[in-house]
Formats: sequence, C-alpha cells, structure tokens
Amino acid sequence: MSKVGNRILPIISVVGFIFVFWWGFSIILNSPWAYDQAKRNSVTLSFSELVVETWSQKRPKLPTPYQVATEMWDTTVNKKITSKRSLVYHTVITFSETVYGFALGTGFGILLAIAIVHNRATAMSVMPWVITSQTIPILALAPMIIVALGSAGFNGLLPIAIISMYLSFFPVVVGMVKGLRSPEQLEIDQMKTWSASSSQVLFKLRLPKSVPYLFTSLKLGIAAALVGAIVGELPSGGGAGLGFRMLSGSTFGNTLQIWSGLLSAAILAASLIGFIGVFQRAILKRMALELQ
Amino acid sequence: MFQSPVIEVTDLNLTFKTNDGPVNALSKVNLSIEKGDFVSFIGPSGCGKTTLLRVLADLDQPTSGNVLVNGVTPEQARMSKAYGYVFQAAGLYPWRTIGANIKLPLEIMGYSKGEQKTRVAKVLDLVELSEFENKFPWQLSGGMQQRASIARALAFDADILLMDEPFGSLDEIVRDRLNEQLLEIWKSNSKTICFVTHSIPEAVYLSTKIVVMSPRPGRIIDIITSDLPADRPLEIRDSKEFIAVSKRVREGLRTGHSYE
Repeated sequence: MSKVGNRILPIISVVGFIFVFWWGFSIILNSPWAYDQAKRNSVTLSFSELVVETWSQKRPKLPTPYQVATEMWDTTVNKKITSKRSLVYHTVITFSETVYGFALGTGFGILLAIAIVHNRATAMSVMPWVITSQTIPILALAPMIIVALGSAGFNGLLPIAIISMYLSFFPVVVGMVKGLRSPEQLEIDQMKTWSASSSQVLFKLRLPKSVPYLFTSLKLGIAAALVGAIVGELPSGGGAGLGFRMLSGSTFGNTLQIWSGLLSAAILAASLIGFIGVFQRAILKRMALELQ
Repeated sequence: MFQSPVIEVTDLNLTFKTNDGPVNALSKVNLSIEKGDFVSFIGPSGCGKTTLLRVLADLDQPTSGNVLVNGVTPEQARMSKAYGYVFQAAGLYPWRTIGANIKLPLEIMGYSKGEQKTRVAKVLDLVELSEFENKFPWQLSGGMQQRASIARALAFDADILLMDEPFGSLDEIVRDRLNEQLLEIWKSNSKTICFVTHSIPEAVYLSTKIVVMSPRPGRIIDIITSDLPADRPLEIRDSKEFIAVSKRVREGLRTGHSYE
C-alpha cells in the first residue's frame, strides 16, 4: 500500500464510523417526533419510511451530517457575506476576536515568562496566581469582564479579546518559562565567561532556544483563544460571532444552526492551528532546532 | 626582568555542600603559572582539575585561599576579557553559522561590525576552517566543531586560554592533529594555556608544565616541568625524554591512588 494510503485509510475509517453512528442516532433521536406525527395522521410508518422521515425533519433533535452540510453551504455560499445570516460573517468576527485575544495573550504571556525566569520573587509570587486564574470558570468570569469594561467605556471587540487573552496567555507562560530555562548549564557558563549581561543572555541564548517551546504553546494558545472568544460572545450581546450564532440556535431550538456554528468553529480552530504548524516547521527547520 | 606570574593560587580550598555532606573538591592548592606556560592538569575524575579551572575562570567560588589572574581577582579578570574558555562540548548554537558562532562573544563584548568581520576571518584561518564560515554546526564533524569553539575562544585576544578536556570526546587521530595545531597556535600567539586532560601522552606532548592531581580531597601531588624542546613533532612521543616524563606522570598518578 502507498504511504499516502497508510495515512489516509485510518482517518477515513474513523470518519466513516462517526458518520454511521451519527446517521444512526439521527433515527433514534428523531423517531419520537416522527411517530407522534404519524399517530396524529393515523398512519403507521414502515422502517424505510421512518428513516426517510427522521433524516429530513425541518427541526430535528439531531440533524444528519448531510443536513448540516446543506445548512452550511446555504449560509456561506448563498448568503451575502455582510448578511447577519451568513456563517462567513460570524466566522470572520469570531476570527478577529480570536486573533486579537491571541496576540494580547501571547505578548502578555511572553513578558510574564521573562519576568518569572529573571526574578525569583516574581516566580514565587506570580506563578500561583497564574495557575489560580485558570481554575476560575471563564463562563462565570466573562459577564463580569464585559460589564466592568463596558462601564469603563470599552465596548465591541476589546472586552471579548480580553476574555480570549485570559485563556490564551496561560499555555504561553508555562511553555515559555520552560523554554527560557532550557539552555544547559554549559551554555549559561559560556555566556558568563564572556561577561554577558542578562539581556544579552536573554536575546542571544534564551529566546532563540525557547522557540520550539513557543510554537507548541502558540498552538495550545490559539485554540484556547478561540474558546475564549466564543464564550465571550455569549454575554456580550453583540449579536455577532459563532458563539452568538450557537446561542441563538439554542434559544430557538434550531439545532441546524448550532451544529453548523459548531462545525465552523472546529474548522476555524483546525485552520488556525494548521497555519501555526506551517510556520513552526519552516522556522524550526531553518534554526536547526528540535520540535519539543 | 622580573615578571609576576600570570596565575597565582595560594592555599586554595573549595568545599561543595551536597546532600551527602560536604565534599572537599580542592584542598591546599598552591600553584604559580608564568606567562607563556602551557600547563596541563591531569588526574583521575573527582581530583578537582575541572573545578580548579572553573575557579580560575570565576565560574566556581573558592571557600578559602587566594587566586590572582593577571594580578587581579578572577572576577575582574573575567570582566576584562583576560581569558577564553573552551568547554568539553563545543557548545555552538545550531541556529548560527560557524562564522556567526565565532562572532557571538565579539557581539557581546561590543566590537564594531568591521572589527568582528576581520577577527572572525583571522581566527577561522588559524584553525583552518575558512571555507566553513557559512556552514551550520550540524554540517561539521565533531573535530571541526571543537576547532570552531577554539577559534571562538581566540577571537577576542585573551592572553590566557582555559581548556577543559576540549578533545575528550574525539578519536585519537583527530586528537593528534588538533594537538599539533594547538601547539602551533600557542607558539605563534604567545598565549598562556591551562589544559585539563586525563590522557598522559596528551599532557606530556603539549605541556611545559604538568600538574598531577589526586582525588579525595582534590589536591596537587606533583608539578613536573617538562624539558622537551619547543618544537615537537608527533614522533617526539617515541623519544627517551618523552617516555621519562610520561613515567614520572604515571608514578605521580599511582601515588595519588594509593590510599595510605
């Protein structure tokens, strides 16, 4: 078998299993309503009629993959991008919140890691708070951040980006602390024999050496930033974004809207991580560094 | 004319605190090294030869005693770029080319761009790596990497070269060649070299002075001044004089090992 086949076959079989279960559960979950309807119209459903009926309901409990795909096609290709009914419109908004929060989180995370590595007091005093920050459910914190920033005059993108940052800085801090501490004793001693200042050690040794750790953190960080952006959209009342789209779908019992929003978020996350992965491979290869 | 020694160590003691209690790494060490000496430190592992070198380089602090490098403390000597240190591993940065690696200490010490360039070219020529300036470390053999690390230590005109088993991980043929080259560099640049090794032939071949050390506690057993001529072809290792010096070193090491 070819190499490509070796890689693709397991993926295809897993996806295949998922689809079989998905369509199967569509029948099971949507059948009560189908039977109900049949009873009301005094008809009895054969199994094949039941299958057709459960797979084509307008408001299914669990839509089939085909229905979700159709919905996604309809709300991306057949709608204007500027329309509030366009999935592209909502995805772009969530994307910009994510990137904004991710940029803030990465910058903050790197600065914090540098402070922690260079100062024992910072390490002892800040690190426990960094960890504590992640034990607080963001769902509880998000509305408070929105309200607080809103009353301070910040509306729109920033409050959501802050929530997104709150989740994404954590993997960056943890990874970068490890990365900045990754130079060996020999390399530190070597720098000392040249009487290098700590900023020279930082820029010429610690930062380059932490690049592999940074990329691993960035991949985790961007995924966390997306979750933060979606959670941040829920209480913000902005009326836009994939989080809002899923929330409104849930409010009105529109499962198609929820599933298509969910899938868009998954595709967005995969693309963002893939994008970082491309940079990761190129830069690490150029620097002749190992993936960490 | 009277010249004060380049390195002067008096009554040096160094005790490491470990979880198993204090370890006496160096005990009552007295040593004087003149300008232009090539001094080898030889002894079994744990005899403190590397620690002594690290004290001279201000990488380890003595518990008591006095150390002078160029007439000042090791810290002041380090600050004034008095020595270049070559570690056991080449320690080249994989993301920098050979040229850029050699340039690293020059960047740190604030040499001008033009000065950096001429110095890198000069030391690359000295270790015969000129064609490899733009290659990355992984493209070079272990011996070439170690030569690059020596070039890096030579790049900033330090009078003293401290070398900690720089050829320890290389095969014998490569090691012979590098020893020859090192002698060339030493002779033509009037450096003072302190060289840690655990190979007797290497120590005898290179040195004007051999310091034999012994462990538990780390101390100096014997200081042998070699009267071999300054010009040393590799064949000198078969001469009577060479064998005589080797014998004395071996006997010194053996005494150190007998725990009376």
